Amino acid sequence: MSAVMADEHHEEHPKGITRWLFTTNHKDIGTLYLFLALIMFFIGGFMALIIRAELFQPGLQVVEPQFFNSMTTMHALIMIFGVVMPAFTGLANWLIPMMVGATDMALPRMNNWSFWILPFAFTMLISTLLMDGGGPAGGWTLYPPLSLQTGTALPFVIFSIHLMGLSSIMGSINVIATILNMRAPGMTLMKMPLFVWTWLITAYLLIATMPVLAGAVTMLLTDKFFGTSFFNAAGGGDPVLFQHIFWFFGHPEVYVLILPAFGVISQIIPTFARKPLFGYSSMVYATASIAFLSFIVWAHHMFTVGMPLAGEMFFMFTTMLIAVPTGVKVFNWVATMWRGSMTFETPMLFAIGFIMMFTIGGFSGLMMAITPVDFQYHDTYFIVAHFHYVLVPGAIFSIIAAVYYWLPKWTGHMYNEKLGKLHFWLSTIFVNLTFFPMHFIGLAGMPRRIPDYSLQFVEFNQIATIGAFGFGFAQLLFLYIVLQTVRGGQKATDQVWEGAHGLEWTLASPPPYHSFTTPPEVK
Amino acid sequence: MSKISRSRNPGKTSFRLALVVIAMFGFGFLMVPIYNVFCDITGLNGNNKNTNTVASNVDYKVDENRTIKVQFMSSLNSGTRMDFKPEVFEMEVHPGRVYTTNFYARNPHKLPMIGQAVPSVQPAQASLHFHKTECFCFTQQKFAAREGRDMPVSFVVDPDIPEDIETITLSYTFFDITHTAKNSEQNKLPDGG
Repeated sequence: MSAVMADEHHEEHPKGITRWLFTTNHKDIGTLYLFLALIMFFIGGFMALIIRAELFQPGLQVVEPQFFNSMTTMHALIMIFGVVMPAFTGLANWLIPMMVGATDMALPRMNNWSFWILPFAFTMLISTLLMDGGGPAGGWTLYPPLSLQTGTALPFVIFSIHLMGLSSIMGSINVIATILNMRAPGMTLMKMPLFVWTWLITAYLLIATMPVLAGAVTMLLTDKFFGTSFFNAAGGGDPVLFQHIFWFFGHPEVYVLILPAFGVISQIIPTFARKPLFGYSSMVYATASIAFLSFIVWAHHMFTVGMPLAGEMFFMFTTMLIAVPTGVKVFNWVATMWRGSMTFETPMLFAIGFIMMFTIGGFSGLMMAITPVDFQYHDTYFIVAHFHYVLVPGAIFSIIAAVYYWLPKWTGHMYNEKLGKLHFWLSTIFVNLTFFPMHFIGLAGMPRRIPDYSLQFVEFNQIATIGAFGFGFAQLLFLYIVLQTVRGGQKATDQVWEGAHGLEWTLASPPPYHSFTTPPEVK
Repeated sequence: MSKISRSRNPGKTSFRLALVVIAMFGFGFLMVPIYNVFCDITGLNGNNKNTNTVASNVDYKVDENRTIKVQFMSSLNSGTRMDFKPEVFEMEVHPGRVYTTNFYARNPHKLPMIGQAVPSVQPAQASLHFHKTECFCFTQQKFAAREGRDMPVSFVVDPDIPEDIETITLSYTFFDITHTAKNSEQNKLPDGG
């Protein structure tokens, strides 16, 4: 009796704005993260459209070159730190406690903190656009000496990066503490859903690399304002050193942006193929190998700085080695679908789209790993095409797939399947229209981060711009579908999907405020 | 349930992870000395201890049979305005013998300026065998208004240099450090240029 009353008491939560400001509930915080990511997605997307509008024609039409440069820089910073990372953290918050059979995250108060730092960080970052000398315009990689020429904005950009780093470090500590300590009885590590596994490994990557980025940008700050010479050649420093430190963070970071996506896809494919995931343990080991290799490949981002031959060879071969565990994953997904009784609901469409297009991006990455040809690709649109293929139809598609897949669980309502499918087809067509031509103009020699270009690149740039606007407007449909589902719709069952397995599907839709008050028994 | 809470402790896990965070923040800074040592050992970047300090023992046996071409390059860092060029652009040298050449620099401004030349030797493997007995790059260079002068560099190529190296490029980039150097007291006067 008393237990029932306690449960009822737990179901109450504060109403209004204080519910969200002071919440320590993993579901509320997950929702906050996801909405922040959605807002930032439209802000960063708007910046991308400014870039594409300027590149519709050669010459300068829409914006000043300086502003164009800050658009490319800010677009990257916002999409990486403001969209993909918070969206994955939001998914982790919502799903990990439900998937491992816990009541909540292990450190709920810190969870509140790690979210509420972010709005301040991004307000500060975006406000730099209004400062003297404009926002940061030296590229998101902040290479000195160029980045040190940033005006008033520099310390604000660096401090906002510190805050974002702090937030994701706290988020990661929370994820690891939850996974290692809060699992239900019987939930051994090798029984965890793959999304939990990939996040566990991602969290370790973040903990190992975010402090290194914080150190690198701190060195920039002291070089600029306190007379140190870490990267100043006149004082005995070396600007190339920054690139090494940055990419020591930066390469594991790109796996931070994709490993949780692998986890999402590994949840969705078995559901709609109605078969268990093929090669579960090889998936776990592949994820761990990718994470390990990500620490020893960083200099492939800087083949052209002038490295000894032995160094270039080392980074070339270790980079190519990453294709092996990644290939294991792709083959496992395909093998899961093989002879499954597949249906093609929206999450499955996005998941299959992910596998196809992420692999295209993976292959162009393999091309760049080859040092001699990378000298041609370096700093061209080929690079832009590559990383947008792995990030847009890669990371972003997996996030969209995850939202369609778990939204009925979160809200208790089914989304509009017709509109969802329309959203998938519009996104897929326009994303390819945007980024596929960039391969060609890149190979033909168009440099990235330049607002003007030669006449021979006009047609492909125009196709890309049309694609970008189409993709951007298609996402308004996504916004509409999500809001419509939150507000109401056909009631979702607890299992939601016929082939869905896992602890989160044993809870009601929507799940109770505290997921598992008594831990479930996992056999 | 009780069994779990006894064996598991989120606080301990987070404390350990926080230590990792602090250690990795330190590691970021540790990469600075690691990088410098790595460059000194490998000659990477053509700018290391060997190209930045006076060589002490250059008593080599001169190898008359081998000739290496040494090229000289000068460039200015962005924002630095001065005249700066080598006296000769190329020299044929024998390994083991000490040679001297001049670079000419002139301050075009109405105010005094302080400059610092940063050397780079390519190919990187050659930088380990390229020793300087005297160089204007070892110290900061002060120029009076509109002053111009020749600045010498004396170097010797170690006869142990790998056989396949036939050309060495010595490049200097001049940095205007008038503003940053004002605060430090270590500015040494160029000793007779």
